[in-house]
Amino acid sequence: MKTSTKAVQLGVGTDPTGAISVPVYQTAAFRHPAFGESTGYDYSRSGNPTRQALEEGIAKLDGGIRGFAYASGMAALANIFLLFKAGDHLVVTEDLYGGTFRLLDKVFCGYGLTVTYVDTSDLGQVSMAVTDNTRAILVETPTNPLLKVADIPGISRLAKDSGLLFIVDNTFMTPYLQRPLLLGADIVIYSATKYLAGHNDLVAGLVVVKDQELAEKVYFLQNSVGAVLGPQDSWLAIRGIKTLGIRLDRQEENSRYIAGWLSAHPAVKKVYYPGLPDHPGHSLQMEQAEGFGAMISFELAGRAAAEQVINRVGLISFAESLGGVESLITFPSFQTHADMDQAERERMGINDRLLRLSVGIEDVSDLLADLEQALEGGKVTL
Amino acid sequence: MKFGTKILHTGNEVDAVTGGVSIPIHHASTFKQAKADEFGPYNYARSGNPTRDALEAAIAELEGGVQGFAFASGMAAISSVFLLFSRGDHIVVCEDVYGGTYRVLTSLFNRFGIEATFTDFTDMEMIRSVLRDNTKAIYAETPSNPLLKITDLQAVAGIARDRGILSIVDNTFMTPYLQRPIELGMDIVLHSATKYLGGHSDVIAGLAVVTDAGIAEQLKFIQNSFGAVLGPQDSWLVMRGIKTLKARMELHQNGARKLASFLAAHPKVEAVYFPGLPEHPGREIHESQAGGPGGIVSFRVGSEKEAKKVMENVKLPALAVSLGAVESIISYPVTMSHAGMHPDHRKKVGVTPDLIRYSVGLEDPDDLIADLEQAIG
Repeated sequence: MKTSTKAVQLGVGTDPTGAISVPVYQTAAFRHPAFGESTGYDYSRSGNPTRQALEEGIAKLDGGIRGFAYASGMAALANIFLLFKAGDHLVVTEDLYGGTFRLLDKVFCGYGLTVTYVDTSDLGQVSMAVTDNTRAILVETPTNPLLKVADIPGISRLAKDSGLLFIVDNTFMTPYLQRPLLLGADIVIYSATKYLAGHNDLVAGLVVVKDQELAEKVYFLQNSVGAVLGPQDSWLAIRGIKTLGIRLDRQEENSRYIAGWLSAHPAVKKVYYPGLPDHPGHSLQMEQAEGFGAMISFELAGRAAAEQVINRVGLISFAESLGGVESLITFPSFQTHADMDQAERERMGINDRLLRLSVGIEDVSDLLADLEQALEGGKVTL
Repeated sequence: MKFGTKILHTGNEVDAVTGGVSIPIHHASTFKQAKADEFGPYNYARSGNPTRDALEAAIAELEGGVQGFAFASGMAAISSVFLLFSRGDHIVVCEDVYGGTYRVLTSLFNRFGIEATFTDFTDMEMIRSVLRDNTKAIYAETPSNPLLKITDLQAVAGIARDRGILSIVDNTFMTPYLQRPIELGMDIVLHSATKYLGGHSDVIAGLAVVTDAGIAEQLKFIQNSFGAVLGPQDSWLVMRGIKTLKARMELHQNGARKLASFLAAHPKVEAVYFPGLPEHPGREIHESQAGGPGGIVSFRVGSEKEAKKVMENVKLPALAVSLGAVESIISYPVTMSHAGMHPDHRKKVGVTPDLIRYSVGLEDPDDLIADLEQAIG
């Protein structure tokens, strides 16, 4: 069955009433039928039927054995980091989401977790960074915001040879476009706030694993730490996932036009989009994913030009986050990646001239017109 | 303003834009900004959401702290507060703490170098005797779960203050209606808002309130970085629950008083734990620091066999985990709330197979008593 079909069918047939839409189980506790018996549900932190429908659904979409839903993408990542202990070392993508960087750099370092950040689009750098106490490799691909592509099967072989856990943040791709577990990864993580939910209307995180023992460890942490997703938000995430295929098709189609158009625009110095033939990860992306996604980063001549675009876009909202049906534009060096060291940011290319565009499902001609007037400095419309 | 009025008028109960008397449920994950260098009060809903903000401001107001924080569960609140500490830090914790709190300390935070010592909090000397140079906090629950032991919060706060360390209390059993630990000198108050604050068994939520602006900033950083936040729908449900807190708590403890007296007089009941009973060892301290005994009654029926019989025969209360709801809930701490505790530790603190915990709901107490009577036999 195709991923888009699985996505539409998520939760269908699971409710005993036959309800096509999974009910929102807004309950904290479950009455036991008799002493020593359980319906399978005791307390909603430990398990809730609505959340479970989402968890089983994402596990199916990603080809894993078990899914876990969290209060946010960061809560999902934090839960995975809690698998480790003081003294452990991780190898992590250098230009990853600033929140992940902050969590590692400011919270987990206080607990003795050490991290080496490398350019994970270079397999050699990943390999060089592995030490005796390395326990895992965490990769974002394509990265945020520079859209660098990491070789998932290549890193997975490296991880297997060294006995490491291989974790992929698949937020930008979703299982519709890329299924890392099938390419050798052990854990896949999502900010479901983004493409999976897709409507800029909830905050949620997901994790999928393919190994039973690991599933039990993750479940223990999910239940113990309790950073779980509520039933209403679980239901909204399910509702969003149903249209994942058609949304991403349209978003990607729009993105290809826009990336091409931006590349040809004289005010734009550089465009980062894996769908462009000259993108260094273009062919690798074609091998391991079924599309290029809908995130485009682009560089302007200077900070003033970047600010002008931000201030003049009308249809496109200047707001953090990404992946929703509405197009959003952000200024990574001041928003999503503000917690990174400035020199490090500059070295990687996350400078004050760089903008990140999350392409929505609006008609592409309207998006192009909005970008055109913003870049040209024409009058503000809308 | 009286507390019963305050729960309805915290200053955060009306939508500033429309005047709506119920705060809107803001589902937005992100907020549009005006200009490149001009950010509004909200940017991303994990970092701040108007619905969650209203709840956070309300609980801070009710507890008398400087800032409130809402989390995805009570355990998420507790875990986030433990993240204030670092490798090499030590925490002193009451020995009959909630099983879930015991579990994160003994099987999770220990791996990251945070050490916990569990001791009897009814005796301040015991607390003093386990303090170390690296002790960074004292963590209490009062009344404790499930044995309703009382900790002298003013004394704990005093020990912590003298040492320059944090005093933390889980106030779930009392709520700010009955006990306001910050007024007694405590630094951080925690809640499983799933219980009395939400009050309807329909939401999982946690809250934290702090008294120090520096700690508030640190906890805000952790809440945002760790991301275990409460969603808008659940935030709204907790606020809805809080509106009836006083009315519910009064009925809960009225029922609990009657149920505890009935149990205390029953020949088959060996012990009753309820801070409203005259013979309860912590009664005097409790009355000095709280406005009532609350709605939880634990009791022993002599043996595991008898306990199981009661659990099997009761008809009105739901046999379920959790507590603090409008519906009565009966639970078996050994396999439910305190399953996360090591068996030896359970035995040490008295959580044994003959113990039953009863969360008295808003049903008519006479019906609950008649039901228990037939169940005990």
